[in-house]
Amino acid sequence: MTEVQKVRPVAMVGDEAVAEAIRQCDVDVVAAYPITPQTIIVERLAELVANGEFSGEFVPVESEHSAMSACLGASATGARVFTATSSQGLALMHEMLYNVAGMRLPIVMAVANRALSAPLVLNADHGDMMGSRDSGWIQVYAENVEEIYDRTIQLFRLSEDPRVMLPSTINFEGFILSHDVERVRPLSDEAVKGFVGRPKFKRKLDPSDPATFGAIATPENYYEFKMQQMEAMETALTVFKDVEAAFEAISGRRYGAVSAYNTDTADYVAVVNGCTSGTMRAAARLLDKEGGRFGLLAVKLYRPFPALEIISHLKGAKAVVVMDRSVSPGAPSGPLAEDVKSALKGARLDIPVISVVYGIGGRDFSVADGRRVFAMAEHAASIGPEPVMYGVKA
Amino acid sequence: MSWKELEEGAVVVGGTSAKYDTKGWRVTRPVIDEAKCTNCLLCWIYCPEPAIVRHEGAKVTVDYEHCKGCGVCESECPVRAVTMVREP
Repeated sequence: MTEVQKVRPVAMVGDEAVAEAIRQCDVDVVAAYPITPQTIIVERLAELVANGEFSGEFVPVESEHSAMSACLGASATGARVFTATSSQGLALMHEMLYNVAGMRLPIVMAVANRALSAPLVLNADHGDMMGSRDSGWIQVYAENVEEIYDRTIQLFRLSEDPRVMLPSTINFEGFILSHDVERVRPLSDEAVKGFVGRPKFKRKLDPSDPATFGAIATPENYYEFKMQQMEAMETALTVFKDVEAAFEAISGRRYGAVSAYNTDTADYVAVVNGCTSGTMRAAARLLDKEGGRFGLLAVKLYRPFPALEIISHLKGAKAVVVMDRSVSPGAPSGPLAEDVKSALKGARLDIPVISVVYGIGGRDFSVADGRRVFAMAEHAASIGPEPVMYGVKA
Repeated sequence: MSWKELEEGAVVVGGTSAKYDTKGWRVTRPVIDEAKCTNCLLCWIYCPEPAIVRHEGAKVTVDYEHCKGCGVCESECPVRAVTMVREP
C-alpha cells in the first residue's frame, strides 16, 4: 500500500500503461512489429531505448511471424521476453503461438484487440484472440487502463512460475482502452522489480549443454505433451491467486479471476469480458433501485477458465446473459457463452443462458445498451434464436 | 511413457542422432580415393550429417554408420577423389 502512495497518479492511455510496465519489469528482449491499435506500445518502447531508459534488446522485425519467432528463440535462452500485437498481426503469429506454448516458453504478449479482415476495420473486438483461443496461451482481459498496467506486471510472475511455464496475453480492446486516457497509479520501479524478480528456467539453450527444444514427437507421445499443458493450465488457476495476493501486498489492488457485482442477490446476471464489464456494472448499478435483481460477472481470466468460481456466482440466477465481443459464424453461441453453458451443464445446473454477440468491429456499446441486455435476461424464455446479434442494423 | 515423466517442452538432450543408425537409408556409398584426396575438408564442410570424419595427421574418412548416401561429397570434391558406389 505504501508503494502506491509514493508514486503520483498519472494520465495514460492503455498502450502507454503497457510500455511503462515493460520498462519496469526488467525485460531482456522485445521483438515487435507495429500494428494499429497496439502501435503506441512499440513506439513508446523504441523511444525508451533511444533515450537509454530501457536496457533490454529491442529487435525491430519485418513481420509478426518474425516477431514471435525472435521472441521464441530469445525466450529459449532464458531471457524475459515481451511482444505486442493486434488483429492481423496475431493471425500472422498463429503458427508460432503453438510452438511457444508447446515449448513451454513464458513469453508475455499484449494484445490490443482488433477485429479481423475482411472487411478491414481498425476497431475492437475479441475475434483476434478468440481465433487463437486454443493455442495454449494464458489469457487475461482487462477492464480499464490501470488493470492493463497491473496485469502486464502480474503476467511475468504467473508465466515464469516453474509450476506454470506457459506464455500469456493481456487483452484489452483496441482504441477503447489502448487509446483511452485514464488515471493510473503506477508502482515504484523498485516495487515492480522486486515483484517480478528474475526468470529462473529449468533448462535453456546453452552451447555447453546442447539440447533440442520442441523436438519431433510421435503418436505415442504427442498426446502426453498436450496433457502436460492441460495440467500446467490447471495449476495456473491456483498460481494466479498467489500472484494476485502478492501483487495486492505491494499495490493494494486485487481483481480476481472473476469480478462480481450483485451476483449473490441477483436474479439476472450478465457475464462479459473486457472493458464492457465496466459498462455492464454501471448498468447494473442504475438498476439497483429494483432491489439488486441485476448482477454482473466479469471474466478476467479466460484461459485457464475459472469454471468453479463462475458456477458459484451463477448458481442462484434465474437467467444468465453471456456477452461475446466476437463472431463465430456457424457456431451455436459465442465462445464465452459456450464455455459458461458447458460449465453450468457440467455442474448439473439447468439455468437458461442466452448468448449475445455485441460490439463487433468496434460498434459502440453504451450503458443504455447494457440495460437492454439485462432486459433480455428477464425475458429469456422468449429470446432467440441464438446467438442474439445485439445492435445489428436490421 | 507417462505424461508425468516426459521432459516439459519436448526437450531432448544433444547427441541423440549419434545413436541412430541411418546406414540403411543409403543406395550408394562414397568411396574416397586417398591418393587423390588433398584433405581440403570441403566434403567435411558440405556433409549435412556430418558423416565425414577428420583425423589428426591423416586424411578424412567416412562414418558409414550415419552416411545417408546423398552424394554431396562427390559433387563438391574439387579433385574428384570421391566416387559414389552402389551398395550391394
